[in-house]
Amino acid sequence: MSGATSIEQAFQARRRQRRARAVAGGALLLGLLIVSAVIAEAFLDALGAGLPRMGEYFGRLIPDLHLAELFAGSKIQGSLAFWMYRADSWLWLLFETSQIAALATLAGAMIAVLLCFPAASNLAPNRATYLVFRRLLELFRTVPDIVYALILVWAFGVGPLAGILAIGLHTVGALGKLFAEVVENSTMGPWHATLATGANWAQCVRYAILPQVLPNFLSYVLLRFEVNVRGATVIGFVGAGGIGQELYQVISFSYYQEISAIVALIILGVVAIDLSSAWLRHRAIRQPA
Amino acid sequence: MSIARESLRIHGLSCRFGAVTAVDEIDLDVPAGQMLAVIGRSGAGKSTLLRMINRLQEPSTGSIAYGPTDVTALRGRALRDWRRDCAMIFQQFNLIGRADVLTNVLIGRLNHRPWLPSLLGLFTEAERAMAVQALDRFGLLDIALQRADTLSGGQQQRVALCRALLQEPRMLLADEPIASLDPHNARLVMDALRQINREDGLTILANLHHLDTARAYCDRVVALDRGRIVFDDIPDRLTPDVIMAIYNITEQEFHAADTPVAEPMRQIQ
Ligand SMILES: Nc1ncnc2c1ncn2[C@@H]1O[C@H](COP(=O)(O)OP(=O)(O)O)[C@@H](O)[C@H]1O
Ligand SMILES: [Mg+2]
Repeated sequence: MSGATSIEQAFQARRRQRRARAVAGGALLLGLLIVSAVIAEAFLDALGAGLPRMGEYFGRLIPDLHLAELFAGSKIQGSLAFWMYRADSWLWLLFETSQIAALATLAGAMIAVLLCFPAASNLAPNRATYLVFRRLLELFRTVPDIVYALILVWAFGVGPLAGILAIGLHTVGALGKLFAEVVENSTMGPWHATLATGANWAQCVRYAILPQVLPNFLSYVLLRFEVNVRGATVIGFVGAGGIGQELYQVISFSYYQEISAIVALIILGVVAIDLSSAWLRHRAIRQPA
Repeated sequence: MSIARESLRIHGLSCRFGAVTAVDEIDLDVPAGQMLAVIGRSGAGKSTLLRMINRLQEPSTGSIAYGPTDVTALRGRALRDWRRDCAMIFQQFNLIGRADVLTNVLIGRLNHRPWLPSLLGLFTEAERAMAVQALDRFGLLDIALQRADTLSGGQQQRVALCRALLQEPRMLLADEPIASLDPHNARLVMDALRQINREDGLTILANLHHLDTARAYCDRVVALDRGRIVFDDIPDRLTPDVIMAIYNITEQEFHAADTPVAEPMRQIQ
Protein backbone atom coordinates (compact mmCIF):
# COMPACT_ATOMS: atom_id res chain seq x y z
CA MET A 1 0.00 0.00 0.00
CA SER A 2 2.71 2.44 0.98
CA GLY A 3 4.60 1.29 -2.15
CA ALA A 4 1.65 2.35 -4.33
CA THR A 5 1.39 5.79 -2.69
CA SER A 6 5.09 6.43 -3.01
CA ILE A 7 4.96 5.52 -6.72
CA GLU A 8 1.98 7.90 -7.08
CA GLN A 9 3.97 10.63 -5.36
CA ALA A 10 7.00 10.01 -7.52
CA PHE A 11 4.77 10.10 -10.59
CA GLN A 12 3.22 13.41 -9.51
CA ALA A 13 6.63 14.89 -8.81
CA ARG A 14 7.93 13.83 -12.18
CA ARG A 15 4.86 15.27 -13.91
CA ARG A 16 5.27 18.59 -12.11
CA GLN A 17 8.90 18.66 -13.13
CA ARG A 18 8.06 17.91 -16.78
CA ARG A 19 5.37 20.59 -16.86
CA ALA A 20 7.71 23.17 -15.36
CA ARG A 21 10.29 22.28 -17.98
CA ALA A 22 7.74 22.53 -20.81
CA VAL A 23 6.60 26.00 -19.61
CA ALA A 24 10.20 27.22 -19.28
CA GLY A 25 11.02 25.85 -22.73
CA GLY A 26 7.93 27.51 -24.23
CA ALA A 27 8.79 30.88 -22.67
CA LEU A 28 12.35 30.63 -23.95
CA LEU A 29 11.11 29.78 -27.44
CA LEU A 30 8.69 32.75 -27.44
CA GLY A 31 11.49 35.07 -26.28
CA LEU A 32 13.80 33.87 -29.02
CA LEU A 33 11.03 34.30 -31.59
CA ILE A 34 10.51 37.94 -30.56
CA VAL A 35 14.26 38.64 -30.59
CA SER A 36 14.67 37.19 -34.07
CA ALA A 37 11.60 39.08 -35.32
CA VAL A 38 13.12 42.35 -34.07
CA ILE A 39 16.46 41.56 -35.70
CA ALA A 40 14.89 40.50 -38.99
CA GLU A 41 12.46 43.47 -38.89
CA ALA A 42 9.61 41.10 -39.51
CA PHE A 43 6.93 43.29 -37.98
CA LEU A 44 3.24 42.94 -38.42
CA ASP A 45 2.90 46.42 -39.98
CA ALA A 46 5.52 45.51 -42.61
CA LEU A 47 3.54 42.35 -43.24
CA GLY A 48 0.33 44.39 -43.50
CA ALA A 49 1.89 46.76 -46.00
CA GLY A 50 3.30 43.96 -48.11
CA LEU A 51 0.27 41.71 -48.28
CA PRO A 52 -1.90 43.90 -50.57
CA ARG A 53 1.05 44.36 -52.93
CA MET A 54 1.47 40.62 -53.02
CA GLY A 55 -2.20 40.27 -53.80
CA GLU A 56 -1.84 42.76 -56.63
CA TYR A 57 1.10 40.82 -58.07
CA PHE A 58 -0.80 37.57 -57.95
CA GLY A 59 -3.74 39.31 -59.56
CA ARG A 60 -1.64 40.16 -62.59
CA LEU A 61 -0.39 36.58 -62.78
CA ILE A 62 -3.89 35.17 -63.22
CA PRO A 63 -3.94 33.72 -66.73
CA ASP A 64 -6.28 35.38 -69.20
CA LEU A 65 -8.50 32.38 -69.92
CA HIS A 66 -12.02 32.38 -71.35
CA LEU A 67 -14.23 29.40 -70.81
CA ALA A 68 -15.67 29.56 -74.35
CA GLU A 69 -12.29 29.48 -76.06
CA LEU A 70 -10.51 27.27 -73.50
CA PHE A 71 -9.66 24.50 -75.90
CA ALA A 72 -9.28 26.63 -79.01
CA GLY A 73 -6.07 26.91 -81.02
CA SER A 74 -2.91 28.71 -79.97
CA LYS A 75 -3.77 31.79 -82.07
CA ILE A 76 -6.92 32.58 -80.13
CA GLN A 77 -6.62 34.71 -77.01
CA GLY A 78 -8.18 33.15 -73.90
CA SER A 79 -7.34 29.56 -74.82
CA LEU A 80 -5.06 27.26 -72.81
CA ALA A 81 -2.86 26.84 -75.87
CA PHE A 82 -2.45 30.63 -76.16
CA TRP A 83 -1.42 30.84 -72.48
CA MET A 84 1.06 27.98 -72.90
CA TYR A 85 2.19 29.11 -76.35
CA ARG A 86 5.80 28.08 -75.67
CA ALA A 87 4.96 24.89 -73.80
CA ASP A 88 7.31 22.81 -75.97
CA SER A 89 10.47 24.73 -75.05
CA TRP A 90 9.35 25.18 -71.43
CA LEU A 91 8.74 21.45 -71.08
CA TRP A 92 12.18 20.83 -72.51
CA LEU A 93 13.71 23.22 -69.98
CA LEU A 94 11.73 21.56 -67.20
CA PHE A 95 13.13 18.24 -68.38
CA GLU A 96 16.62 19.76 -68.34
CA THR A 97 16.08 20.91 -64.76
CA SER A 98 14.97 17.44 -63.70
CA GLN A 99 18.04 16.00 -65.43
CA ILE A 100 20.33 18.43 -63.60
CA ALA A 101 18.72 17.24 -60.38
CA ALA A 102 18.91 13.56 -61.35
CA LEU A 103 22.58 13.63 -62.37
CA ALA A 104 23.58 15.69 -59.37
CA THR A 105 21.67 13.38 -57.02
CA LEU A 106 23.20 10.27 -58.57
CA ALA A 107 26.79 11.56 -58.55
CA GLY A 108 26.43 13.05 -55.08
CA ALA A 109 24.90 9.85 -53.72
CA MET A 110 27.72 7.71 -55.11
CA ILE A 111 30.38 9.81 -53.42
CA ALA A 112 28.29 9.96 -50.23
CA VAL A 113 28.15 6.14 -50.14
CA LEU A 114 31.95 6.01 -50.27
CA LEU A 115 32.35 8.61 -47.52
CA CYS A 116 29.59 7.52 -45.11
CA PHE A 117 31.15 4.30 -43.77
CA PRO A 118 34.31 5.81 -42.29
CA ALA A 119 32.03 8.62 -41.01
CA ALA A 120 29.96 6.13 -38.98
CA SER A 121 31.14 5.85 -35.38
CA ASN A 122 30.50 2.10 -35.20
CA LEU A 123 32.60 1.25 -38.27
CA ALA A 124 35.35 3.88 -38.36
CA PRO A 125 38.68 2.14 -37.66
CA ASN A 126 39.51 4.86 -35.12
CA ARG A 127 38.17 8.07 -33.63
CA ALA A 128 40.38 10.30 -35.81
CA THR A 129 39.08 8.79 -39.07
CA TYR A 130 35.52 9.24 -37.87
CA LEU A 131 36.07 12.90 -37.01
CA VAL A 132 37.89 13.69 -40.27
CA PHE A 133 35.14 12.19 -42.43
CA ARG A 134 32.35 13.76 -40.37
CA ARG A 135 33.96 17.22 -40.74
CA LEU A 136 34.47 16.61 -44.46
CA LEU A 137 30.76 15.85 -44.92
CA GLU A 138 29.84 18.93 -42.90
CA LEU A 139 32.06 21.00 -45.15
CA PHE A 140 30.12 19.81 -48.21
CA ARG A 141 26.80 20.35 -46.51
CA THR A 142 27.19 23.76 -44.88
CA VAL A 143 27.69 25.58 -48.18
CA PRO A 144 24.21 25.99 -49.77
CA ASP A 145 23.90 24.82 -53.37
CA ILE A 146 23.09 28.35 -54.56
CA VAL A 147 26.48 29.57 -53.27
CA TYR A 148 28.26 26.69 -55.01
CA ALA A 149 26.32 27.66 -58.16
CA LEU A 150 27.42 31.32 -58.03
CA ILE A 151 31.07 30.23 -57.81
CA LEU A 152 30.75 27.51 -60.44
CA VAL A 153 28.89 29.68 -62.95
CA TRP A 154 31.79 32.06 -62.67
CA ALA A 155 34.27 29.18 -63.21
CA PHE A 156 32.49 27.07 -65.84
CA GLY A 157 30.25 29.69 -67.43
CA VAL A 158 26.47 29.82 -67.68
CA GLY A 159 24.82 26.44 -68.23
CA PRO A 160 23.69 23.13 -66.74
CA LEU A 161 27.21 21.84 -65.87
CA ALA A 162 27.57 24.45 -63.12
CA GLY A 163 24.14 23.48 -61.82
CA ILE A 164 24.94 19.77 -61.72
CA LEU A 165 28.21 20.33 -59.86
CA ALA A 166 26.67 22.79 -57.41
CA ILE A 167 23.78 20.55 -56.40
CA GLY A 168 26.00 17.46 -56.49
CA LEU A 169 28.50 18.95 -54.01
CA HIS A 170 25.81 19.91 -51.53
CA THR A 171 24.17 16.49 -51.98
CA VAL A 172 27.40 14.69 -51.00
CA GLY A 173 27.29 16.37 -47.60
CA ALA A 174 23.54 16.15 -47.07
CA LEU A 175 23.24 12.49 -48.02
CA GLY A 176 26.59 11.48 -46.50
CA LYS A 177 25.45 12.55 -43.04
CA LEU A 178 22.10 10.78 -43.34
CA PHE A 179 23.78 7.65 -44.71
CA ALA A 180 26.28 7.61 -41.83
CA GLU A 181 23.40 7.80 -39.36
CA VAL A 182 21.62 4.90 -41.06
CA VAL A 183 24.87 2.91 -40.85
CA GLU A 184 25.18 3.72 -37.15
CA ASN A 185 21.75 2.20 -36.56
CA SER A 186 22.54 -1.10 -38.25
CA THR A 187 22.68 -4.40 -36.40
CA MET A 188 26.29 -5.19 -35.55
CA GLY A 189 25.99 -8.99 -35.19
CA PRO A 190 26.68 -9.69 -38.89
CA TRP A 191 29.62 -7.25 -38.74
CA HIS A 192 31.29 -9.15 -35.88
CA ALA A 193 30.58 -12.48 -37.53
CA THR A 194 32.05 -11.34 -40.86
CA LEU A 195 35.06 -9.83 -39.13
CA ALA A 196 35.50 -13.18 -37.36
CA THR A 197 35.81 -14.97 -40.72
CA GLY A 198 39.01 -13.03 -41.43
CA ALA A 199 37.39 -10.62 -43.90
CA ASN A 200 38.90 -7.15 -44.25
CA TRP A 201 37.15 -3.87 -43.45
CA ALA A 202 35.83 -3.26 -46.97
CA GLN A 203 34.51 -6.81 -47.25
CA CYS A 204 32.74 -6.47 -43.91
CA VAL A 205 31.12 -3.22 -45.06
CA ARG A 206 30.03 -4.80 -48.33
CA TYR A 207 28.56 -7.99 -46.89
CA ALA A 208 27.51 -7.25 -43.32
CA ILE A 209 26.33 -3.62 -43.53
CA LEU A 210 25.41 -2.72 -47.11
CA PRO A 211 22.48 -5.18 -47.45
CA GLN A 212 20.98 -3.80 -44.22
CA VAL A 213 21.23 -0.13 -45.15
CA LEU A 214 20.58 -0.17 -48.90
CA PRO A 215 16.77 0.20 -48.75
CA ASN A 216 17.10 3.22 -46.46
CA PHE A 217 19.84 4.69 -48.65
CA LEU A 218 17.57 4.38 -51.68
CA SER A 219 14.75 6.04 -49.82
CA TYR A 220 16.95 9.00 -48.84
CA VAL A 221 18.30 9.31 -52.40
CA LEU A 222 14.77 9.62 -53.79
CA LEU A 223 13.82 12.14 -51.10
CA ARG A 224 16.95 14.12 -51.96
CA PHE A 225 16.03 13.96 -55.64
CA GLU A 226 12.72 15.65 -54.85
CA VAL A 227 14.54 18.38 -52.91
CA ASN A 228 17.10 18.76 -55.70
CA VAL A 229 14.43 19.27 -58.39
CA ARG A 230 13.29 22.36 -56.48
CA GLY A 231 16.92 23.34 -55.87
CA ALA A 232 17.73 23.00 -59.58
CA THR A 233 14.84 25.35 -60.40
CA VAL A 234 16.09 28.06 -58.06
CA ILE A 235 19.69 27.58 -59.16
CA GLY A 236 18.71 28.50 -62.72
CA PHE A 237 18.22 32.07 -61.42
CA VAL A 238 21.99 32.50 -61.18
CA GLY A 239 22.55 31.09 -64.67
CA ALA A 240 22.98 27.42 -63.91
CA GLY A 241 20.64 26.19 -66.62
CA GLY A 242 17.13 24.75 -66.82
CA ILE A 243 13.67 26.25 -66.35
CA GLY A 244 14.85 28.55 -63.55
CA GLN A 245 16.96 30.58 -65.95
CA GLU A 246 13.91 31.13 -68.19
CA LEU A 247 11.69 31.92 -65.21
CA TYR A 248 14.19 34.52 -64.02
CA GLN A 249 14.05 36.23 -67.41
CA VAL A 250 10.28 36.42 -67.69
CA ILE A 251 10.11 37.70 -64.10
CA SER A 252 12.63 40.45 -64.76
CA PHE A 253 10.76 41.47 -67.92
CA SER A 254 7.41 41.27 -66.04
CA TYR A 255 5.78 38.98 -68.62
CA TYR A 256 2.99 38.11 -66.17
CA GLN A 257 1.18 35.57 -68.34
CA GLU A 258 4.40 33.69 -69.01
CA ILE A 259 5.37 33.71 -65.34
CA SER A 260 2.12 32.03 -64.39
CA ALA A 261 2.41 29.55 -67.27
CA ILE A 262 5.92 28.50 -66.23
CA VAL A 263 5.06 28.35 -62.52
CA ALA A 264 2.04 26.18 -63.35
CA LEU A 265 4.27 23.81 -65.33
CA ILE A 266 6.85 23.67 -62.54
CA ILE A 267 4.19 22.86 -59.95
CA LEU A 268 2.77 20.09 -62.15
CA GLY A 269 6.24 18.69 -62.82
CA VAL A 270 7.33 18.75 -59.18
CA VAL A 271 4.08 17.14 -58.04
CA ALA A 272 4.48 14.37 -60.65
CA ILE A 273 8.07 13.71 -59.58
CA ASP A 274 7.18 13.79 -55.87
CA LEU A 275 4.34 11.33 -56.33
CA SER A 276 6.31 8.82 -58.35
CA SER A 277 9.32 9.12 -56.08
CA ALA A 278 7.18 8.63 -52.96
CA TRP A 279 5.69 5.53 -54.55
CA LEU A 280 9.19 4.17 -55.29
CA ARG A 281 10.38 5.01 -51.78
CA HIS A 282 7.60 3.08 -50.14
CA ARG A 283 8.34 0.12 -52.36
CA ALA A 284 12.07 0.33 -51.54
CA ILE A 285 11.43 0.19 -47.81
CA ARG A 286 8.90 -2.59 -47.97
CA GLN A 287 10.48 -4.82 -50.60
CA PRO A 288 13.29 -7.23 -49.69
CA ALA A 289 16.59 -6.60 -51.45
CA MET B 1 41.77 -32.68 -44.37
CA SER B 2 45.41 -31.92 -44.76
CA ILE B 3 45.84 -28.74 -42.70
CA ALA B 4 48.05 -29.41 -39.69
CA ARG B 5 46.30 -28.98 -36.34
CA GLU B 6 48.25 -27.57 -33.44
CA SER B 7 47.56 -27.23 -29.76
CA LEU B 8 46.34 -23.98 -28.28
CA ARG B 9 48.30 -22.70 -25.30
CA ILE B 10 46.96 -19.88 -23.18
CA HIS B 11 49.11 -18.40 -20.46
CA GLY B 12 48.32 -15.78 -17.84
CA LEU B 13 45.49 -14.36 -19.96
CA SER B 14 43.49 -11.48 -18.48
CA CYS B 15 40.96 -8.98 -19.74
CA ARG B 16 39.86 -5.97 -17.76
CA PHE B 17 37.04 -3.53 -18.53
CA GLY B 18 37.73 -0.62 -16.23
CA ALA B 19 37.27 -1.96 -12.72
CA VAL B 20 35.77 -5.27 -13.91
CA THR B 21 38.17 -8.14 -14.47
CA ALA B 22 36.27 -10.29 -16.96
CA VAL B 23 39.02 -12.88 -17.39
CA ASP B 24 41.60 -13.24 -14.65
CA GLU B 25 45.01 -14.86 -15.26
CA ILE B 26 43.83 -17.93 -17.13
CA ASP B 27 46.20 -20.79 -18.04
CA LEU B 28 44.78 -23.33 -20.45
CA ASP B 29 46.25 -25.89 -22.86
CA VAL B 30 43.93 -27.36 -25.47
CA PRO B 31 45.39 -30.26 -27.46
CA ALA B 32 44.58 -30.53 -31.17
CA GLY B 33 41.25 -32.21 -31.86
CA GLN B 34 39.77 -31.77 -28.39
CA MET B 35 36.14 -30.82 -27.83
CA LEU B 36 36.16 -28.58 -24.80
CA ALA B 37 33.18 -27.15 -22.93
CA VAL B 38 33.52 -23.87 -21.07
CA ILE B 39 30.81 -23.53 -18.45
CA GLY B 40 30.01 -20.85 -15.92
CA ARG B 41 27.23 -18.56 -14.89
CA SER B 42 26.33 -15.47 -16.85
CA GLY B 43 29.09 -12.88 -16.52
CA ALA B 44 31.77 -15.48 -15.65
CA GLY B 45 33.90 -14.38 -18.62
CA LYS B 46 33.18 -17.19 -21.10
CA SER B 47 32.46 -14.95 -24.10
CA THR B 48 35.38 -12.68 -23.33
CA LEU B 49 37.72 -15.68 -23.24
CA LEU B 50 36.56 -16.90 -26.65
CA ARG B 51 36.64 -13.41 -28.16
CA MET B 52 40.22 -12.96 -27.03
CA ILE B 53 41.23 -16.20 -28.73
CA ASN B 54 40.18 -14.90 -32.17
CA ARG B 55 41.18 -11.37 -31.17
CA LEU B 56 37.73 -9.80 -31.49
CA GLN B 57 38.67 -8.64 -27.99
CA GLU B 58 42.18 -7.44 -27.13
CA PRO B 59 43.64 -9.14 -24.02
CA SER B 60 44.94 -6.87 -21.26
CA THR B 61 47.81 -9.17 -20.41
CA GLY B 62 48.95 -12.72 -21.11
CA SER B 63 49.64 -14.75 -24.20
CA ILE B 64 47.85 -17.05 -26.61
CA ALA B 65 49.85 -19.38 -28.84
CA TYR B 66 48.70 -21.74 -31.56
CA GLY B 67 51.55 -24.15 -32.26
CA PRO B 68 54.50 -21.91 -33.06
CA THR B 69 52.30 -18.84 -33.73
CA ASP B 70 52.06 -16.08 -31.13
CA VAL B 71 48.41 -15.14 -31.67
CA THR B 72 48.57 -12.08 -29.42
CA ALA B 73 51.24 -10.46 -31.62
CA LEU B 74 49.40 -10.76 -34.95
CA ARG B 75 48.54 -7.65 -36.96
CA GLY B 76 46.88 -6.86 -40.31
CA ARG B 77 46.84 -9.65 -42.86
CA ALA B 78 48.31 -12.18 -40.40
CA LEU B 79 45.56 -11.39 -37.89
CA ARG B 80 42.84 -11.83 -40.52
CA ASP B 81 44.39 -15.16 -41.56
CA TRP B 82 44.31 -16.25 -37.91
CA ARG B 83 40.61 -15.38 -37.70
CA ARG B 84 40.06 -17.48 -40.82
CA ASP B 85 41.85 -20.40 -39.11
CA CYS B 86 39.87 -19.94 -35.91
CA ALA B 87 36.21 -19.80 -36.94
CA MET B 88 33.44 -18.67 -34.58
CA ILE B 89 29.71 -19.16 -34.22
CA PHE B 90 27.46 -17.06 -31.98
CA GLN B 91 24.39 -17.37 -29.80
CA GLN B 92 22.47 -15.00 -32.07
CA PHE B 93 23.75 -16.70 -35.26
CA ASN B 94 24.60 -13.30 -36.78
CA LEU B 95 23.63 -14.16 -40.34
CA ILE B 96 22.92 -11.46 -42.91
CA GLY B 97 19.14 -11.57 -42.80
CA ARG B 98 18.46 -9.98 -46.18
CA ALA B 99 20.92 -12.21 -48.04
CA ASP B 100 20.19 -15.77 -49.13
CA VAL B 101 21.63 -18.80 -47.38
CA LEU B 102 24.20 -19.54 -50.09
CA THR B 103 25.64 -16.01 -49.90
CA ASN B 104 25.79 -16.25 -46.11
CA VAL B 105 27.78 -19.45 -46.37
CA LEU B 106 30.12 -17.93 -48.98
CA ILE B 107 31.02 -15.16 -46.49
CA GLY B 108 33.32 -17.84 -45.07
CA ARG B 109 35.41 -17.58 -48.27
CA LEU B 110 36.10 -13.85 -48.09
CA ASN B 111 39.54 -14.26 -46.56
CA HIS B 112 40.53 -16.71 -49.31
CA ARG B 113 39.49 -14.34 -52.08
CA PRO B 114 41.31 -11.44 -53.73
CA TRP B 115 39.35 -8.58 -52.24
CA LEU B 116 38.27 -6.70 -55.37
CA PRO B 117 36.36 -9.62 -56.99
CA SER B 118 34.94 -10.48 -53.59
CA LEU B 119 33.52 -6.95 -53.25
CA LEU B 120 31.71 -7.46 -56.55
CA GLY B 121 30.22 -10.65 -55.14
CA LEU B 122 32.18 -12.87 -57.51
CA PHE B 123 32.76 -16.28 -56.00
CA THR B 124 34.06 -19.18 -58.06
CA GLU B 125 31.99 -22.14 -59.14
CA ALA B 126 34.24 -24.35 -57.00
CA GLU B 127 33.42 -22.22 -53.96
CA ARG B 128 29.69 -22.42 -54.62
CA ALA B 129 30.10 -26.19 -54.92
CA MET B 130 31.88 -26.19 -51.55
CA ALA B 131 29.01 -24.24 -50.03
CA VAL B 132 26.41 -26.57 -51.51
CA GLN B 133 28.31 -29.57 -50.18
CA ALA B 134 28.46 -28.08 -46.69
CA LEU B 135 24.72 -27.29 -46.76
CA ASP B 136 23.97 -30.80 -47.96
CA ARG B 137 25.99 -32.28 -45.12
CA PHE B 138 23.64 -30.68 -42.56
CA GLY B 139 20.41 -31.22 -44.49
CA LEU B 140 20.03 -27.60 -45.59
CA LEU B 141 20.20 -28.04 -49.35
CA ASP B 142 16.57 -27.21 -50.11
CA ILE B 143 16.79 -23.83 -48.35
CA ALA B 144 20.01 -22.76 -50.12
CA LEU B 145 18.32 -19.92 -52.01
CA GLN B 146 15.97 -18.82 -49.25
CA ARG B 147 16.55 -15.57 -47.37
CA ALA B 148 18.36 -16.17 -44.09
CA ASP B 149 15.80 -14.26 -42.01
CA THR B 150 13.06 -16.69 -43.04
CA LEU B 151 14.81 -19.64 -41.34
CA SER B 152 14.22 -21.16 -37.93
CA GLY B 153 16.86 -20.66 -35.26
CA GLY B 154 18.15 -24.19 -35.64
CA GLN B 155 18.53 -23.79 -39.38
CA GLN B 156 20.26 -20.43 -38.93
CA GLN B 157 22.81 -21.88 -36.53
CA ARG B 158 23.58 -24.73 -38.93
CA VAL B 159 23.98 -22.21 -41.76
CA ALA B 160 26.39 -20.30 -39.51
CA LEU B 161 28.27 -23.56 -39.01
CA CYS B 162 28.51 -24.02 -42.80
CA ARG B 163 29.85 -20.47 -43.08
CA ALA B 164 32.47 -21.35 -40.46
CA LEU B 165 33.44 -24.54 -42.30
CA LEU B 166 33.96 -22.70 -45.58
CA GLN B 167 36.76 -20.82 -43.89
CA GLU B 168 38.57 -24.20 -43.81
CA PRO B 169 39.40 -23.45 -40.18
CA ARG B 170 41.79 -25.28 -37.87
CA MET B 171 39.67 -24.74 -34.80
CA LEU B 172 36.15 -23.60 -33.97
CA LEU B 173 34.87 -21.33 -31.21
CA ALA B 174 31.18 -21.62 -30.32
CA ASP B 175 29.75 -18.95 -28.00
CA GLU B 176 26.58 -20.40 -26.45
CA PRO B 177 25.62 -21.99 -29.78
CA ILE B 178 22.38 -23.52 -28.49
CA ALA B 179 21.24 -21.01 -25.88
CA SER B 180 18.56 -19.58 -28.21
CA LEU B 181 17.31 -22.94 -29.49
CA ASP B 182 14.60 -25.38 -28.49
CA PRO B 183 15.78 -28.84 -27.29
CA HIS B 184 15.29 -30.52 -30.67
CA ASN B 185 17.29 -27.93 -32.62
CA ALA B 186 19.84 -27.75 -29.82
CA ARG B 187 20.48 -31.45 -30.34
CA LEU B 188 20.81 -31.05 -34.11
CA VAL B 189 23.39 -28.31 -33.67
CA MET B 190 25.34 -30.15 -30.96
CA ASP B 191 25.33 -33.30 -33.10
CA ALA B 192 26.69 -31.26 -36.00
CA LEU B 193 29.46 -29.83 -33.79
CA ARG B 194 30.32 -33.31 -32.55
CA GLN B 195 30.40 -34.58 -36.14
CA ILE B 196 32.74 -31.79 -37.23
CA ASN B 197 34.99 -32.48 -34.29
CA ARG B 198 35.11 -36.22 -34.96
CA GLU B 199 35.19 -36.27 -38.77
CA ASP B 200 37.26 -33.18 -39.53
CA GLY B 201 39.40 -33.33 -36.40
CA LEU B 202 38.68 -29.67 -35.59
CA THR B 203 39.46 -28.46 -32.09
CA ILE B 204 36.26 -27.02 -30.62
CA LEU B 205 35.83 -24.66 -27.68
CA ALA B 206 32.16 -24.26 -26.81
CA ASN B 207 30.62 -22.04 -24.15
CA LEU B 208 27.67 -24.01 -22.88
CA HIS B 209 25.23 -23.31 -20.24
CA HIS B 210 23.60 -26.61 -19.64
CA LEU B 211 25.88 -28.96 -17.78
CA ASP B 212 24.17 -32.03 -19.28
CA THR B 213 25.05 -30.83 -22.77
CA ALA B 214 28.66 -30.39 -21.72
CA ARG B 215 28.69 -33.85 -20.19
CA ALA B 216 27.08 -35.52 -23.20
CA TYR B 217 29.17 -33.97 -25.96
CA CYS B 218 32.54 -32.85 -24.68
CA ASP B 219 35.87 -34.49 -23.90
CA ARG B 220 36.70 -32.00 -21.21
CA VAL B 221 34.97 -29.35 -19.12
CA VAL B 222 36.45 -26.10 -17.88
CA ALA B 223 34.38 -24.14 -15.38
CA LEU B 224 34.84 -20.40 -14.93
CA ASP B 225 33.79 -18.28 -11.99
CA ARG B 226 34.46 -14.54 -11.93
CA GLY B 227 37.08 -14.89 -14.66
CA ARG B 228 39.01 -17.72 -13.03
CA ILE B 229 39.19 -21.44 -13.84
CA VAL B 230 37.63 -23.30 -10.92
CA PHE B 231 37.33 -26.75 -12.49
CA ASP B 232 39.18 -28.47 -15.35
CA ASP B 233 38.61 -32.18 -15.85
CA ILE B 234 36.73 -34.87 -17.73
CA PRO B 235 32.91 -34.49 -17.69
CA ASP B 236 32.39 -37.53 -15.44
CA ARG B 237 34.03 -35.69 -12.58
CA LEU B 238 31.56 -32.80 -12.85
CA THR B 239 29.20 -34.22 -10.24
CA PRO B 240 26.47 -32.32 -8.38
CA ASP B 241 28.78 -32.32 -5.33
CA VAL B 242 31.48 -30.59 -7.34
CA ILE B 243 28.99 -28.00 -8.58
CA MET B 244 27.96 -27.40 -4.97
CA ALA B 245 31.59 -27.07 -3.95
CA ILE B 246 32.59 -24.54 -6.62
CA TYR B 247 29.45 -22.45 -7.06
CA ASN B 248 27.79 -23.07 -3.69
CA ILE B 249 24.47 -23.84 -5.39
CA THR B 250 22.74 -26.95 -6.70
CA GLU B 251 22.77 -27.85 -10.37
CA GLN B 252 19.10 -26.78 -10.71
CA GLU B 253 19.95 -23.40 -9.26
CA PHE B 254 22.91 -23.15 -11.60
CA HIS B 255 20.62 -23.62 -14.60
CA ALA B 256 17.86 -21.43 -13.22
CA ALA B 257 20.23 -18.50 -12.92
CA ASP B 258 20.71 -18.48 -16.68
CA THR B 259 17.50 -19.94 -18.05
CA PRO B 260 15.30 -17.23 -19.56
CA VAL B 261 12.30 -17.93 -17.33
CA ALA B 262 10.25 -15.24 -19.10
CA GLU B 263 10.22 -17.27 -22.33
CA PRO B 264 6.60 -18.58 -22.09
CA MET B 265 5.41 -15.06 -21.23
CA ARG B 266 7.09 -13.66 -24.27
CA GLN B 267 5.33 -16.19 -26.48
CA ILE B 268 1.91 -15.21 -25.14
CA GLN B 269 2.38 -11.55 -26.08
N1 LIG C 1 32.74 -4.73 -23.90
C1 LIG C 1 32.62 -4.77 -22.56
N2 LIG C 1 32.70 -3.64 -21.83
C2 LIG C 1 32.60 -3.68 -20.48
N3 LIG C 1 32.39 -4.77 -19.77
C3 LIG C 1 32.29 -5.94 -20.42
C4 LIG C 1 32.38 -6.00 -21.86
N4 LIG C 1 32.24 -7.28 -22.25
C5 LIG C 1 32.08 -8.00 -21.10
N5 LIG C 1 32.10 -7.20 -20.02
C6 LIG C 1 31.97 -7.64 -18.61
O1 LIG C 1 32.84 -8.70 -18.41
C7 LIG C 1 32.27 -9.71 -17.62
C8 LIG C 1 32.28 -11.04 -18.35
O2 LIG C 1 31.41 -10.97 -19.47
P1 LIG C 1 31.23 -12.15 -20.50
O3 LIG C 1 32.56 -12.59 -20.98
O4 LIG C 1 30.26 -11.70 -21.53
O5 LIG C 1 30.58 -13.28 -19.59
P2 LIG C 1 29.78 -14.60 -20.03
O6 LIG C 1 29.95 -14.78 -21.50
O7 LIG C 1 30.37 -15.69 -19.22
O8 LIG C 1 28.36 -14.33 -19.66
C9 LIG C 1 30.87 -9.23 -17.27
O9 LIG C 1 30.92 -8.64 -16.00
C10 LIG C 1 30.58 -8.20 -18.32
O10 LIG C 1 29.72 -7.22 -17.81
MG1 LIG D 1 28.46 -14.78 -23.00
